[in-house]
Amino acid sequence: MDSDLFEFACRMGDNTLVLGHRVSEWCGLAPVLEEDIALANTALDLIGQTQMWLGLAAQAEGKDRSADDLAMLRDVWDFRSVLLVEQPNGDFGQTMMRQFLFDAWHVAQLDALKTSSHQQVSDIASKSVKEAMYHVDRSADTVIALGDGSEESHARMQAALTLLWPYAGEVFEDDTVDQAMADKGIAPLPSTLRPAFDARVRDVMAQSTLQIPDTEFAHKGGKTGARHSEHLGHMLTQMQWLQRAYPQAQW
Amino acid sequence: MMKPEWPLFEIFIRGQHGMSHRHVGSLHAPDAEMAIKNARDVYTRRNEGVSIWVVETAQIVASSPSEKGPMYEPAESKAYRHPTFFDIPDDVGAM
Repeated sequence: MDSDLFEFACRMGDNTLVLGHRVSEWCGLAPVLEEDIALANTALDLIGQTQMWLGLAAQAEGKDRSADDLAMLRDVWDFRSVLLVEQPNGDFGQTMMRQFLFDAWHVAQLDALKTSSHQQVSDIASKSVKEAMYHVDRSADTVIALGDGSEESHARMQAALTLLWPYAGEVFEDDTVDQAMADKGIAPLPSTLRPAFDARVRDVMAQSTLQIPDTEFAHKGGKTGARHSEHLGHMLTQMQWLQRAYPQAQW
Repeated sequence: MMKPEWPLFEIFIRGQHGMSHRHVGSLHAPDAEMAIKNARDVYTRRNEGVSIWVVETAQIVASSPSEKGPMYEPAESKAYRHPTFFDIPDDVGAM
């Protein structure tokens, strides 16, 4: 078993799984039909990426578990997703702000992973980065339109940024798993992606007429699994209930 | 208070093998840029297209259905306008 690679692949796959599920919660409820379809597409892209990352994790683990087993039969403390993605959807603006903050990191990360020394990692990243580039294009446009929109939409977007900003920094925290991935040339050290992220976020927030909170504080504990927020457990009861209630169910 | 509606856009997509853009439907969007993005999500999910045109519906000038008679009927009885009365030599191939 390659435990560092397992950990790394779980982090990638759990981020896309949890965010994908969150975004899918909008299905049928989005403010306009066109956004509803776009959000469902984004959710499906993220779930598709999850299949690849958790497939790689299962393979690195070598314990005969599948990507589905990892997604549907692990509990909160085994999830390695950052706290940002498990935050509730809130209003549409809050969802789009969360999406943009994630996308801005995701694009930088996948772009760097394209040149990974690990062939499968590089293949997954090359396929996923095209989806992520579209996601960030779309979420940035929406954040700008709403931030620089009406008085009410501006106020909601500022509230969303203020609320979510302390969750944006966790993806850039380096730990021993990240160091092991960097030493093997599999993945970049997370902290090295910060400048590209900051540049993009500053540009979009300036166009959105939104103020980035003046704090470096970042909530931590999701990526290591040490301390998820209360929201993830509630989300998993929805996401996993069918496999939990009817083990091995297939269709 | 009046609820502002996004304008309607007509969507044209050029398919993988097609030479021309074809009308596929319409959708709402705040502006033309977003209309292209929405069209990408609504109409090209199953790999239908390689190029998208959008045009605001209000910009389209259409012929009037009530003038159908004078507009189109005079052409109905003029079969000789169809190029079906020429013998095409075999060496010309498919035209």
